[in-house]
Amino acid sequence: MNPILHQSGKIELLMGNEAIARGALEAGVQVCAAYPGNPSSEIITTLAAVAVERGIHVEWSVNEKVALEVVAGASFAGLRGLCTMKQNGMNVACDFLLNLNLTGCGGGLVVLVADDPGALSSTNEEDSRLFAKLAGLPLLEPATIQETKEMTRWAFELSEKLSLPVLIRSATRISHARSNVRLGELPQENRKPFWEISQTRVTFPVVKNHQRLSDKQFQAAENFETSPFNLYRGPEKPEFLIITCGSGWLYALEAVVSLDLAHRVGILKMGTTWPLPAAWLLDHLSKAEQILFVEEVDPFLENNIKAFFAQHCATLGIKRFFGKADRSLPETGELNPDIVTKTIQRLLNVPYQTRPTEYADRARETVEQWVPGRDIGFCAGCPHRATYWAIKNALALDGRKGILLGDIGCYSLGMGASGFFQMKTLHAMGSGAGLACGVGQLGRFGLDQPVLTVCGDSTFYHAVMPALANARYNGANFLLLLLDNSGTAMTGFQPHPGTGKKANGEPAPILDLKSICRALGAEVEEADPFQLTETTETILRLLQDNNGPRVLILRRECALIRGKQQKKLFQMTIDQGRCLGDQCGCNRLCTRVYKCPGLVWDPTSGKAQIDEAICTGCGVCAEICPASAIGKEAS
Amino acid sequence: MKYSADPFNIIIGGVGGQGNVLASMILGRMLVSQGSIVTIGETYGASQRGGSVMSHLRVSKVDQFSPLIPEGKAHLIAALEPVEGLRMIGQYGNPDLVTLINLRPILPLDALSGKVAYPDLSVILSKIKDLSKEVWTLKATEIALEMGDPILANVIMLGALAALEILPVNRDVFNRTVADLFVPERQTVNLKAFDSGQEAVRKEK
Repeated sequence: MNPILHQSGKIELLMGNEAIARGALEAGVQVCAAYPGNPSSEIITTLAAVAVERGIHVEWSVNEKVALEVVAGASFAGLRGLCTMKQNGMNVACDFLLNLNLTGCGGGLVVLVADDPGALSSTNEEDSRLFAKLAGLPLLEPATIQETKEMTRWAFELSEKLSLPVLIRSATRISHARSNVRLGELPQENRKPFWEISQTRVTFPVVKNHQRLSDKQFQAAENFETSPFNLYRGPEKPEFLIITCGSGWLYALEAVVSLDLAHRVGILKMGTTWPLPAAWLLDHLSKAEQILFVEEVDPFLENNIKAFFAQHCATLGIKRFFGKADRSLPETGELNPDIVTKTIQRLLNVPYQTRPTEYADRARETVEQWVPGRDIGFCAGCPHRATYWAIKNALALDGRKGILLGDIGCYSLGMGASGFFQMKTLHAMGSGAGLACGVGQLGRFGLDQPVLTVCGDSTFYHAVMPALANARYNGANFLLLLLDNSGTAMTGFQPHPGTGKKANGEPAPILDLKSICRALGAEVEEADPFQLTETTETILRLLQDNNGPRVLILRRECALIRGKQQKKLFQMTIDQGRCLGDQCGCNRLCTRVYKCPGLVWDPTSGKAQIDEAICTGCGVCAEICPASAIGKEAS
Repeated sequence: MKYSADPFNIIIGGVGGQGNVLASMILGRMLVSQGSIVTIGETYGASQRGGSVMSHLRVSKVDQFSPLIPEGKAHLIAALEPVEGLRMIGQYGNPDLVTLINLRPILPLDALSGKVAYPDLSVILSKIKDLSKEVWTLKATEIALEMGDPILANVIMLGALAALEILPVNRDVFNRTVADLFVPERQTVNLKAFDSGQEAVRKEK
């Protein structure tokens, strides 16, 4: 049995995202939707795996706005729904969210957004909590994996009580952490949907609904006054108070213990972070005169509590605040136990040593001298490396300094060494094609550089289709390279409308990329990125056209999907007699420039070698070698 | 079984694609089944794209800890790749550290391209020994290749970890844990990999 369905009372090691899924199941969620994005993706993957067994609907939607609309539809008919996303997804969904707040919801509706402090797998570092304030929605922030489950379950009740969506903000160190979780009861029955026909869900009259939303915020704050998710740990009269939420809680706890400050410092842990529970907060703010805020990304609690303090300063007296605003903590990047500990140590002027100084110096010097950096790059056998090689060569042959615009996906690595530095822009989903709609209009002003853009198959359905329609309508001139690797590879191979599979594994109709592009009025061709010469020639030829948008679909399965399903396409060998090594005029073209991890340079023989543990047998490098020393044999 | 320190801090690390996330999850489940409170932090961003990756495991009998180990506070580091071992020791090592190293190098992009040199294995090992109390080595990738699949190196490392007898894990606990995770034929292969890892360390003992 899937551990996510184990019986009540059992203790399981769950990932934060699995705990969210279990919490939603315990709350009786029936409709779940999302577009993949790390660190949020595993929530839907987990729910999809048990969807059939639990009789619930779980889908990968084409983008976050549609996902939220799917879930709101279910909520209007009385069911409980969960919509999940990463921080960038909130930007996509917010247009609907900032109207949904005015109409309210029916069945409990929970929007879970997982932020990525430090941008470990993101194009930006963004604090989604600001959307809770912007939309006037209650905001919860879990601090442990167990609490993540409890909070998710409770969020559905709160949402129904207020007829308002509830936001939960997770972050990488919650969503992608694992810990012991005691499971609760799963409900036995599903609700039957019914749309009360007398009930309308329109934002009009806007001001009246805006006022109602404002009133609900006061109700939400009242609900938070007695919440078990808010707690204080420390002496009755601490000389220093830490206010924290989310992953900051465990960092602060460990810091206070390792600095031996438990008798001097109190920690106020907030699980309900917007709107603020006034009476509870007043009580605790009166405890200490010095207050440090520990929270991920923006000074959200810090600014809101300072504003709250301004309103109550007559009763609270003088306080001194520390946090991101006065740079006691770094304003950017992810927090960790060391940053928090060193900040408290500095502010309270107490001693702390992690390891002997002599050892620490020796360790640092060793790393500086002996440990090379390890940049990320395309995997061995990745079709994107071959595609960028073809792009690089086609642009060189074309000679007009073509510009390649890009966006979010594995292919974003085209900006770096393993994509030969070809991709020149990186912003939001589908922005490469959108930008191309602009740059592709500049021919009339004399721009004579060809315009290209890349997008992945999943990104195409998410946000490129409107850009392509725009390009055709307004006559933007560019070549779209649609890199179809048969899945949403970057986030863990989730299916999409082109894969013929639904989230729960059931078959789905395939929305054919070629037909869609043709229907949008673009000229379409296809090529295999592993056929380097042909692909290069096709790109070069399509660059000479200047008749609106053209699409070249480059189709090859992700090497990781291929690796799971079948053996190597080819057994690769290097003819040590033919490889001229350092004597060849190629100057190590295969390892120095093409840089597939499966090809290594043997310093002893001064020649190239295949690394059997890494090579996936795509066969592409055989075309790279000018001495034809790399051989491939079908396996 | 009590841990020599509480929390007991373990790092499993290597290069994206070596299966260190799965290894840490299996180890975590084994420890939870033995009555421990475990928190695991995983670096995910680059996990499939050849970057440095590691999982932090914090194991306790009494309390929960954050998913990130503070600087200099690791008790046990298991590295699937030699320079990654040295990188992790540089940040998290201390004079009492126990280190387990898979000896198979994976060259970083800059080493492939010849921009930087990958240090000699003997140099890496001497530096690791210089910064650890105890060092164990094994050729996990070679054993895995002999078994027909390089990905098994991660489970071979788990077997080796168990053989160190620092943690309350063994063949039986492993077998029960993977029963939930793998289809039956993969269970057999993985059990064999676990055994080979145990054997490799026991031979050295």
